[in-house]
Amino acid sequence: MKPRVAVFDFASCEGCELQLFNLEEKFLDLIKIVDVVSFREGMKEHSDLYDIAVIDGSIMRPMDVERLKIIRKKAKTVVALGACACIGGVNKLRNQWTSENVRREVYGDANLEGNPLFDIFPARAVDEVVKVDYYVPGCPIDRAEFTKVITAVIMGREPRLPSYPVCVECKLRENQCVFELGMFCLGPITRAGCNAICPTHRKGCAGCRGFLEDANMDAFKDVLRKYKIPMDEWLKCFDMFNCKIKREK
Amino acid sequence: MKRNLNIHINHITRVEGHGSIVLNVKAGRIEKLQWNILEAPRFFEAILRGKHFNQLQSITSRICGICSIGHSLASLKATEAALGVEISEQTVLLRRLALHGENMQSHILHVGYLAAPDLFGADSIIPLLKNEHKAVINIVRIHRLANSMSDLICGRTTHPLRFCVGGFTLLPTLKELQSLREELLNGIDTLRNAAESIQAEVHHLPDFSRETEYIALTAENLYALYEGSVASTDTGIHPLSEYLSLTNEYLLPHSTAKFTRHNRESYMVGALARFNINATQLGSLAKEIAARFDLTSPNYNPFMNTIAQLVEIADSMEDSIAIIDELLARGLEEEQPEVKIRPGRGIGALEVPRGILFHDYTIDEQGNCSQASCIIPTNQNNANIQKDMEALVPTIMNRPQKEIELTLEMLVRAYDPCISCSTHYLNVEFT
Repeated sequence: MKPRVAVFDFASCEGCELQLFNLEEKFLDLIKIVDVVSFREGMKEHSDLYDIAVIDGSIMRPMDVERLKIIRKKAKTVVALGACACIGGVNKLRNQWTSENVRREVYGDANLEGNPLFDIFPARAVDEVVKVDYYVPGCPIDRAEFTKVITAVIMGREPRLPSYPVCVECKLRENQCVFELGMFCLGPITRAGCNAICPTHRKGCAGCRGFLEDANMDAFKDVLRKYKIPMDEWLKCFDMFNCKIKREK
Repeated sequence: MKRNLNIHINHITRVEGHGSIVLNVKAGRIEKLQWNILEAPRFFEAILRGKHFNQLQSITSRICGICSIGHSLASLKATEAALGVEISEQTVLLRRLALHGENMQSHILHVGYLAAPDLFGADSIIPLLKNEHKAVINIVRIHRLANSMSDLICGRTTHPLRFCVGGFTLLPTLKELQSLREELLNGIDTLRNAAESIQAEVHHLPDFSRETEYIALTAENLYALYEGSVASTDTGIHPLSEYLSLTNEYLLPHSTAKFTRHNRESYMVGALARFNINATQLGSLAKEIAARFDLTSPNYNPFMNTIAQLVEIADSMEDSIAIIDELLARGLEEEQPEVKIRPGRGIGALEVPRGILFHDYTIDEQGNCSQASCIIPTNQNNANIQKDMEALVPTIMNRPQKEIELTLEMLVRAYDPCISCSTHYLNVEFT
């Protein structure tokens, strides 16, 4: 029997799910080796019996935690899809303010007390709520990497993500370093696997694939000193997908 | 018939984001009929506070994975207006091309992958793909063509990379544009064939009309997408600076997305609104597709929004070819946009696949954003979806429950709501 795959989404732009459709003709190949049994954005059919749950999005509310825990219980394998699910992504940017503060900024004085739809806590990645088995990082995900990870899971192999920085791929592509163009780039400390797509298009890496655990921070600081990047400017760019500040409530 | 219904479509499928429909009927009387948005709110306007103007486009692109190019362009337009940055004609042409790429991608995704299964009697595109249904093969081809356009102009299909304040970080080559032109020319027959297959099943769209107010950008010399003034079918043409008096956002407890109203209880934005306001400016291919479906302006059937999208795909293809011809004739030049920091407020408006989108930023002396507001097409359509449901349900109340459910789902789908944008979800409940 083919493995049964279900796709679920929480707080996200659903751009990573869109990448599944963007596989175009390859999506046809994918559905030859797996049965997609639930994928709300793309299909009405739904089944609660699945082996692999693919989760897009961050977790923002108690009602979402309940839903996620049920999914975890039903699935043998959980795959986090994209930056929002893997590391919290742009959703964590709001964690530097209290929930009350951001609610007021967006919804004004409306009385939302006790309304579960608006009952938020600081944004969390999926693995801050349930165990995640495998990750497909990126904002958005790289379609080829998704196929690789899913194929490995189906074949019973451990999917491996690169453990070297984006700089390695960037050098292989013989790109001009974007620091030379006066830009800020997180390529030296960010996990590779995107084929250095941002610097290739003359944008600094924003760190959407998350930082390497053993990133060489000293060497990175040397680069920043060399190019005289002001601290406050790079701190802001550092934040976009990897905001570590968290205010409770 | 004095019937009881209790319908709860929770998490309506084949739409972007999480919404639900609740319908309770007791002894033939509607007790509750509600369009709910359950998406987890993401607070983009709060997130933008304090961010440098150079970052606003990359962050707001993440509001929506389907219309990230539209959000990016609205963001750049607002930022450029606030800072007083002038952009070149070349940049406008390339941005219009990017917007056409997204319009085609998003529309064919909706027409083909999300709405068409209802016409072909399938629950999703997957069984149609497995049978290699002819229409679906053509749909996938158009989808790929649209995506290759975004790849070329923006660096990738979702979350554009080559955009920056004042212009582009990198340009396509003339050779690449030439080959895109060939692909677009070849795509025209693919689109005609897809339209033919859909036309054969279009009688499945409910025959329902409710006249409402339609709002879209309008311009003198072209079918407005990238720029124009705001036009309402009720109140005429308004300058962009008056946009807040047109949108009037408000909040309802059952929805994390805001609602809007203008001259009456609700208004509609999107492909059908644009068609109703600007149809005479469509190109010949678009007019040919519209004629195939007997779509004439004004049309008050919201289900025809899907067909208006198909017409717009044709127009985007044709206008893209014209833009490429112009770029090929004038050549491409590397530009160094000049951007200076100055405090100010700027409004950026444009037509994205689902309707008119506004970004409004205030930028301070350091070049940081001090206030941001984004008014999104789906929010503007929410009240109109509700009013359509209220008019539609009494006309179908005696039909089998399954049919009522499907018709309500199809109505919501016709609007192609982008619930992530508006905040995310759709449920329908029947008793």
